[in-house]
Amino acid sequence: MEAFIDIVLFGFLILTAIAIMRLRNLFAVVMLSGVFSLLSAGLFVVMDAVDVAFTEAAVGAGISTVLMLGTMAMTSREEKPPVHNRLFSFAIAVVVGAALIYGTTDMPPFGAADTPVHQHVGPDYIERTPKEIGVPNIVTAVLASYRGFDTLGEVAVIFTAGIAVIVLLHGRTRPARSADARKKGKDA
Amino acid sequence: MMFTAAMFALAVAMLLVLVRLFAGPTLYDRVLALNSFGTVTVLLIGVVGFMTERPDFLDIALLYALINFVGTIAILKFFRYKDLGQGLPEGEDPASLQNGDSK
Repeated sequence: MEAFIDIVLFGFLILTAIAIMRLRNLFAVVMLSGVFSLLSAGLFVVMDAVDVAFTEAAVGAGISTVLMLGTMAMTSREEKPPVHNRLFSFAIAVVVGAALIYGTTDMPPFGAADTPVHQHVGPDYIERTPKEIGVPNIVTAVLASYRGFDTLGEVAVIFTAGIAVIVLLHGRTRPARSADARKKGKDA
Repeated sequence: MMFTAAMFALAVAMLLVLVRLFAGPTLYDRVLALNSFGTVTVLLIGVVGFMTERPDFLDIALLYALINFVGTIAILKFFRYKDLGQGLPEGEDPASLQNGDSK
């Protein structure tokens, strides 16, 4: 049954990709890229990577759809016909795809437990988390405790980026609306 | 067995929504199709969860429903105002929202 779900989702993924290539209406392309994200998220869920799937759905189908619509509002709604040689682009795509597929032949089978990445420090964390940290979720223990400084740094980076975005956007608003914009910046 | 049937039904539903999304023809067809596709994804995750005997997937599916809702609102609001942070433009009558015309 899982094979059936995989085939259906991958089939729709290919259909969506072809439609994105063929359509010249950019609004439809933006909507289809949202669908592409939702389909990938479904595939990630089937592969048991629910956290990755959730990020994909939130970023791919949510934020980037809105960002692309924002870009479209400033440019055109129709794609111009390509000026370069299509055959050349197709050849590059085929070569890169073949190289990527060739790369997967070197990978361990999906879900294998005896891969190097599961032999190195993984068992150590599994053994020590109940004793040292005492939280049921090992991923949480690694992120918030064993790698606490790393996570703190990441949070600091995101915080700085957020402040920078607010400062930049605030500087761009017109004076007449600045009180309104200040409120919005705080909300964000 | 029941979940298998549900899965087939969801695959057909996905195909129908995709056809509407490819064909269009208007903007609102596509927005609605994207929203429906999100709903079908929510159902798919729920069915996959129950089929693999992990009903806690349902919580994740509910979060997808929330994202889907917020995303659709964002897209529609964007089309109305060309901006996400604004209310109604100056001098615009709120009643004009009712007839759903878009610029």
